[in-house]
Amino acid sequence: MDPTLLARLQFAITTVYHFFFVPLTLGLAVLVALMETWYVRTGQEDYKRMSKFWGKLFLINFAIGVVTGIVQEFQFGMNWSDYSRYVGDIFGAPLAIEALLAFFLESTFLGVWIFGWDKLPKKVHLLAIWLVALGANISAVWILIANSWMQQPVGYAIIDGRAQMTSFSSVLFNPNIFYQFPHVLSSGLVTGSFFVLGISAYHLLHKSEVDLFKRSFQLAAVTGVIFSALLGINGHAQAQHMVQTQPMKMAAAEALWESQDPASFSLFTIGDMKNRRDVFAIRIPRLLSLLAYNQLSGEVKGINNLQAEYEAKYGPGDYVPPAIIPYWTFRIMVGAGTLMFILALLALYLLWREKLERFPWALKSLTLALLLPYMANTSGWLLTEVGRYPWVVFGLMKIEDGVSPRVTAGMLWTSLIGYVLVYGMLIAATVYLLMKFAKTGPSSTDDQNLAEEQPSDSLPSLVR
Amino acid sequence: MDLNTIWFILIAVLYTGYFVLEGFDFGVGILLPFLSKTDVERRAIINTIGPHWDGNEVWLLTAGGATFAAFPQWYATMFSGFYLPLFLLLVALILRGVAFEFRSKDPNPRWRSLWDWCIFAGSLVPALLLGVAFANLAQGVPIDSNMEYTGGFFNLLNPYAILAGVTTIIVFTLHGAIFLIMKTTGNLLEKAQMTARRLWIPVVVLLLALLVGTYLSTDILDKLGVDPGIVPIAGFAAILATGYFLRKHLYGWSFTMTCISIAGSIITLFMILFPRVMISSLNPNWSLTIYSASSSDYTLRVMTIVAVIFVPVVLAYQLWSYWVFRKRIQAKPETLTY
Repeated sequence: MDPTLLARLQFAITTVYHFFFVPLTLGLAVLVALMETWYVRTGQEDYKRMSKFWGKLFLINFAIGVVTGIVQEFQFGMNWSDYSRYVGDIFGAPLAIEALLAFFLESTFLGVWIFGWDKLPKKVHLLAIWLVALGANISAVWILIANSWMQQPVGYAIIDGRAQMTSFSSVLFNPNIFYQFPHVLSSGLVTGSFFVLGISAYHLLHKSEVDLFKRSFQLAAVTGVIFSALLGINGHAQAQHMVQTQPMKMAAAEALWESQDPASFSLFTIGDMKNRRDVFAIRIPRLLSLLAYNQLSGEVKGINNLQAEYEAKYGPGDYVPPAIIPYWTFRIMVGAGTLMFILALLALYLLWREKLERFPWALKSLTLALLLPYMANTSGWLLTEVGRYPWVVFGLMKIEDGVSPRVTAGMLWTSLIGYVLVYGMLIAATVYLLMKFAKTGPSSTDDQNLAEEQPSDSLPSLVR
Repeated sequence: MDLNTIWFILIAVLYTGYFVLEGFDFGVGILLPFLSKTDVERRAIINTIGPHWDGNEVWLLTAGGATFAAFPQWYATMFSGFYLPLFLLLVALILRGVAFEFRSKDPNPRWRSLWDWCIFAGSLVPALLLGVAFANLAQGVPIDSNMEYTGGFFNLLNPYAILAGVTTIIVFTLHGAIFLIMKTTGNLLEKAQMTARRLWIPVVVLLLALLVGTYLSTDILDKLGVDPGIVPIAGFAAILATGYFLRKHLYGWSFTMTCISIAGSIITLFMILFPRVMISSLNPNWSLTIYSASSSDYTLRVMTIVAVIFVPVVLAYQLWSYWVFRKRIQAKPETLTY
């Protein structure tokens, strides 16, 4: 198999896997911090139990997010050394700053938070979890600054065949980051909210710890409504920005072969990628123009027109992403996002009218809805990355020019199989632990039970 | 002093900090199966490093990120060249990282034993690989005129590198044992004391061998001369002093000495390297230097400003976290955080 394809596959697998856990870290950190804030303000032990219970789930998820992040940081040099040489002057800086500003903050204060419950004044302990939440979200800012530069390179000059930074502030205030970061931030909070909503709904359905889970439900329903609404709004803004900066991504996501004015929105398309035409399509007239420009007309460029445009600009080549991926991931993401907004509204309404218990199907749907943020996050990430094809840095460097020239297919296979095996084992362990603790509920994290949890002393020893 | 030199020093400091800090938590991980008889003891051992290991590991991530930002050619050549060792390092660190979090989440002895193995192997293997990798940095590796590593995996496993790997394991183990002496009580404390005393002689022998090996395998003589200067001498003298302080039961001093010894060794390595960052064994002109491998002056300036502002802040709160958890850990269930 072609090393470029293997390197891409490895990047896709490790990144999607990493981003499977990261949004929950971003959002749940904030929710746990809010719970502990209430504990410190009211002094009620219930809120402490709540923080500890959700905190335990947070920790399990956090651990796997962190360790898979190490791979991300090393992977650029290992598999994409020519990319690293080409962009290092610009791309390395946000990565280093991320480690310095965010990784130290979250790892140090998470240690303080886990082990400091009885050792620190309440307010200092509370500060620790807020710093963890801050660190995690700062980390998102910097990695997205790096990614934004790949989507929309700014503040650089090509000198001696390498991209060199000419303006740090341009890289920092890349227009793309103002669309991408709010979207990721809200997706994190929505993921956290639906995680809490789903597990709370399960317990409310089974009438266990009703008081604690109702409070959790309440918090998550409010944040769920707010942030799924914001998610839609900034997602819409991001799509409009994409029409301007990466029109091919939008054309592929809409299966729009030829430029249209006014442009129609695809409700359902089965396309023929080879001949670039519809086999079957239902389209809503004018809707795409409306989405792109907030008005009923306006040209949205099509795949064929852009291909011709890029050939003239960048030379011969294939500039069309594998449209099936952007097309379907766009629909899954928007569909899941819309559904989450409706469900969050429903949850809040039922809670407000005190009718939750009367609608078990609503609680059941909310438990199932736990899967929705994961579908949306994964497909959103795939859309943004696959839609950039064939570029690794838009307009500057193609994917195949970025791989490590000396890394062989054999080495790539070794690491790919290794990661898949280890990651497979870890997701099994993570899901097992999360389900176990989520089902048992807060009794599993109460102080007195921790001592009982300890097994007898007759353990099989590692080394005799 | 130009920015390239400043960044070379800063990266040397980051790796030195990493070896000194994660060195003891690797050592504690390696000792975990040997010093504990019961699950409670194991938890107590883990809790001595529980609040710190992750923060220590970030030193490596920051060193990697700083290398990427300041010397992208170095980052690209080293990370793609040392491919398989780095892959193994990553797998080991992944398993170790989740193991700390996962092991106590289920009381099943098999479950715990599995993750304890991951902590043990996840501490041993990185120590070995880091030693091997840094020895190869010091003695040079085949790098062609395009800055590409042309050797294979087994090029890296030469006798000098393996000696360095084994030495790193044993030094970290001693370092970890002394850390445990400062952080435990009772039975664990006694076992840690015995371990440290027993490990001292092998450590001295191995470090002496490594020193001789370094004179034979690297160009230290050309770089530092017959009298290598204060740093390597202090590094070696510190390990001799460690034995003295261990005998006198002055463990804070013993720990300080192992810190100095590890720091001295890593700084010596970077002194051998300077001003090169990757030595080509094929042709000295093909070596990467702090100039041929670096980012632009502009990027280095930006990064310097960032580092000047934030490094002191990071150091301050990491030190604070060590102060918060300064007390000894007792192997009693009711006092342990799970």
